[in-house]
Parts: sequence; C-alpha cells; structure tokens
Amino acid sequence: MNHDAYDDNYIRSILNNVKSIAMVGASPVNVRPSYFAFKYLAQRGYDMIPVNPGHVGKALMGKPFVASLADIDRPIDMIDIFRNSSHIMPVVEEALKLSPLPKVIWMQLGARDDAAAEKAEAAGLKVVMNRCPKIEYGRLSSEISWMGVNSRTLSSKRAPIPTQGMRLSLNRTSFGGGQTAASDRAAKNKTETT
Amino acid sequence: MTDRLPGFSTLAVHAGAQPDPTTGARATPIYQTTSFVFNDADHAASLFGLQAFGNIYTRIGNPTNAVLEERVAALEGGTAALAVASGHAAQLVVLQQLLKPGDEIIAARKLYGGSINQFTHAFKAFGWNVAWADPDEVESFERAVTPHTKAIFIESIANPAGSITDIEAIAAVARKAGVPLIVDNTLASPYLIKPIDHGADIVVHSLTKFLGGHGNSLGGIIVDAGTFDWSKDNKYPMLSEPRPEYHGIRIQETFGNFAFAIACRVLGLRDLGPALSPFNAFMILTGIETLPLRMQKHCDNAKAVAEFLSTHPAVSAVNYAGLPGDRYNALQRKYAPKGAGAVFTFSLKGGYDAGVNLVSNLKLFSHLANVGDTRSLVIHPASTTHSQLDDAAKVKSGAAPEVVRLSIGIEDKEDLIADLDQALRA
Ligand SMILES: Cc1ncc(COP(=O)(O)O)c(C=O)c1O
Repeated sequence: MNHDAYDDNYIRSILNNVKSIAMVGASPVNVRPSYFAFKYLAQRGYDMIPVNPGHVGKALMGKPFVASLADIDRPIDMIDIFRNSSHIMPVVEEALKLSPLPKVIWMQLGARDDAAAEKAEAAGLKVVMNRCPKIEYGRLSSEISWMGVNSRTLSSKRAPIPTQGMRLSLNRTSFGGGQTAASDRAAKNKTETT
Repeated sequence: MTDRLPGFSTLAVHAGAQPDPTTGARATPIYQTTSFVFNDADHAASLFGLQAFGNIYTRIGNPTNAVLEERVAALEGGTAALAVASGHAAQLVVLQQLLKPGDEIIAARKLYGGSINQFTHAFKAFGWNVAWADPDEVESFERAVTPHTKAIFIESIANPAGSITDIEAIAAVARKAGVPLIVDNTLASPYLIKPIDHGADIVVHSLTKFLGGHGNSLGGIIVDAGTFDWSKDNKYPMLSEPRPEYHGIRIQETFGNFAFAIACRVLGLRDLGPALSPFNAFMILTGIETLPLRMQKHCDNAKAVAEFLSTHPAVSAVNYAGLPGDRYNALQRKYAPKGAGAVFTFSLKGGYDAGVNLVSNLKLFSHLANVGDTRSLVIHPASTTHSQLDDAAKVKSGAAPEVVRLSIGIEDKEDLIADLDQALRA
C-alpha cells in the first residue's frame, strides 16, 4: 500500500462504508481541529465516539467522552487518531485487541507512523495516514460550501443541498490521485524531530 | 467507477460547475447578493469560527466566484484557489500572507510594468523590500537570497517581450532557500504552461487577460499548489501560528494542503477587501470555457504575424519565442510546446517616432493598455505602461524606445498582417 498518495476510490469506499468512528484525542475546545472534524462528521450522520481520558465526565455534541477504546460499548468501524506521530503505535496496539476488530485506522493530517500502519494492515485493517476525513468528505462530495477547493470530481447532476445528519453522495467521477506532498513532508519532518 | 483523468478542455468547461442545487440551472448562476442567511445561531457561529465553510458575505466568498476558483484550481493542478478583484489584488493578498515589514522578495526584473511599480512603490511603503534578479541568469536569484527572503516571484511568459522563464531552474533556487516560488502565469494561461508541474508553489493570474479573454472584466486569482510546508522554522507565522482573529486556530494545522488558499481568503481578502464581483466571475467563467480554442488560435496567429514582421524591411528585430532563431526558442519548446503565447514585441528601424506613427496608422489593431483580448491590440510601452521607469530600467524590462508591443487576437491572420503592412508603409 502506497501511503504517499491515495486513490480517491480507496478513500471513498472507506467513507461510504464506515458508520461508527471513535476519535482518539478528540478535544472539547472549539478551536481545535479535532473538534471541527468531530462536529462535521457527526452532522454528516456518522456515529461519533470521543475518546480522551482527560475529559471523561464531559460530552462532545451530546456524546460522552470515554477514557479508552476498550471502554466503548459497541463495535467501532474506524478509529480516527488525532495524536502526534509519536503517539500512534500504542493506539494501534490497543485497537488490535478489540473484538470485533475495527476496519479502518485513520491518522490525521500531519500524523504518520509507517510501522503502526504495517501492523494494522497485517491484521487486515485499512489504513489512511496524514489526511483529514472532514476534508476528504467535503472534497469527494464536492459539498457546495467547500469554497475554492479543487474537489477533483465532475458531475452533471444537480447538487444536493446538505442538511444536518445527511450523508452526501461521494460517488462522483473523480480525476487525479490524492497528493498532499507538503503535509507528507511536514509529517516526516515532525517524526524525525520528536 | 474508475478514476479517469479528463482532458484540459473538459475541465475548462466542467470543473467546479454542477447544476444549481435549487433550480437545476445548468449555466452557473450569478449570485448577485452581498450576503447569505444563516440556518441558525449555531450555523452562524461555526461559519465565523471557520469550523464550517459556507457563504457569509460576498467579500469573503460567493458561490459564483467559488465555481471560478475550483475551475482555475483544476486547470492549474492546484489544491484550491481564491478569486479576487484584479491581478494586482492577487499579488497584494499573496504577499500579505508571506511578508512582514523588513522582509524581502526576489522578483524577476522582467515583469509587467505595473507589477514593477507595485513592488517598487506601494509594497516598499509597507516595508516589503524587493531584490531584482535577471530571469536570464539564474545565479542572480541565488545571489539575491538573504535571511530576510520570503518568496521568489517570476512571470512564466514575461510581459511585454514574451520571454520564457526557466521555471524549474528558479524553483530549485527557491527550494534551496526554503521559500515558495510564486509564478504569474497570466500570459501563458494553464493551456500553455502549468507552473505547478515545474515546481511553483503558488500561481497568480490576472484573469483580465487570456482566461477571461474578451477584454470585458477585471479579475485575479491565487492558486495554492499544496506543495509548501508553511510551518517549517516558523518563517510564515500567518500560517503556522495561532490566529488571534480566529480564537487561536493555526491555519496550516487545520487546513492541510490548501492552507495557503484559506489564509488568503480569511486573513487577506476578508481584511484587505479586494473582492471580485460575481458578475465578473460569470463573464470570466464563460471565457474560460473556450480558453483552449482561443489560446491555440492566439498562438497560431501570433506566430504568423511574427514571421511576417521578421522579414519586413521597416523592422529591425522581432522578439517572439516561437521563432526558430529566438533566444528563448529552446525554453519555449520545453515549457510551452503548443505555442509561445500571443504577446510579443518588435523593434522599428525608425525608433521612437516610427513606433508612434505605426500605432496611429493601424486600422484593425486597437491602441490600448491591455493584452489577452479577442481583438488584436498594440501599444508603445516606453510612452505608456513602462513610462514611469527610467531609460535603463526600460531597456532591462524589454521596453526600449523603439519597441512596440502586440497582443494578437483571434481574427483572421491575413487581415492582421495586411493591417500591419499598410501601417508600416504609410
Ligand atoms: C503579467 C501581468 N500580471 C499582472 C497584471 C495585473 O493585472 P490586473 O490589471 O488584472 O490587476 C497584468 C496586467 O496587465 C499582467 O499583464
């Protein structure tokens, strides 16, 4: 699996098929990227679970924080890791102890751990590194509010009007691969210095 | 469903434009409105806090303009774009994200005269310094790098002389210096040259020229290549530091590989204000649909006119990179194999006065200060666009007194040649 550039179809099939997403490192602080992504994905109809031991007892958009993946009371399709590259491995190891196993490990923009990815893939999981599911969802659905972003998709069908809790179609004709050269470089640099 | 790469002409017609969600309108509607209602207080708060993107106020974004932005981002191969009121506004907004007072850019000496003025006077007043380098001598860029350098600025095909810049060589200098390369791609358009493929980190355009293409609307655009790491060494605090105006958001951390386009919108356009009218965006979008057809015709006509002039007894020299003997011909074949563009200069044996006479004798060419129109245009740079420069700077930027600039339109080439011939004989 090449983790430098993902085919749109790979990302699309993940976002089309997962229903529950545990977000490790979710923050209740409303200027953190994890908060934006959590809220956005919840509004698109995903069953979101915030995981952060520092905030147990609080809730994010009505969803109670849990301390660890093991504390979640239902099967999780995807684990979205909002942690630095150096904190990825323990989360992946914990995820691989779950039963049933999650289907996808997703590491946020700026986060990349190739060894952890290999471990998850060896167990049959799909892995995405250094991407944001909010950005990918907005891009692939060509959501009307994504002003000026190159969605790399075309469609001659009438665009849907997004409303709360509605899943948008991600199945548009795509062109070009997904390149985030700069952020890949940034993630590698961070890994080297931490 | 397979991921298939559509061609340039398909993107020129379709990219960014889906039938309207409410009416089904197939052409892109002109959303001629200043503002947009919020669903509720929470929606308004998320829009203002950058947690969600959506329409707030046309100074910050507009659905018609958004189609134009996605279209040009797709044609250039960038991650995102931001449309603004003019090419000059694009340059201002880009540099505001990169420079603080006391910082520097290195700019090619061969630039549109208006850009030379903007950098020399307006930007200097902001405390942004410019070091000039010679695009024909790449080492001059390397020599100009200092600890204060924040960006390098070049034109892909330079106005007025139509010279071709070695983008890859200068991109290598920028990479080594750890600064972004900004390419003004106005005269080439992405049909001829895609600077991002050659190492550009940011592309700017005056949409006023070939992209709009009909001489009826001013506009500018900024394209983010998504290639630059803005957080390295904290050199670009607008992108890497918490922004007080947005409760401490860090732009690159939040927006990844289209962070620069977002910074230009939410820190540049929002606060400086040079918004593009949605009506102009519509006119420019309509122009872009025929860009590949027009641009090829512009280039083919220009080559025929340049060939004619190069054998004319009243002409002492023709600077057109598409001519086999031209000093930029090798670069043209590498960077712009489909054509050398439609803006070029030639020199008259009769000097300054012959230039003035030629302009007044032409019947089809219009004497005006623009390029990239369907109509053929003529100007005498020394007395107009480049008149503020001293004589030495005029020569260095390709606008010596005997030089005339043409922008070749999409009329029949035989008529253009006949008009030039009668005016040169008159
Ligand atoms: C190469 C180039 N860049 C920038 C500009 C400035 O664009 P605008 O007139 O849209 O501000 C021009 C205008 O002539 C130009 O030719």
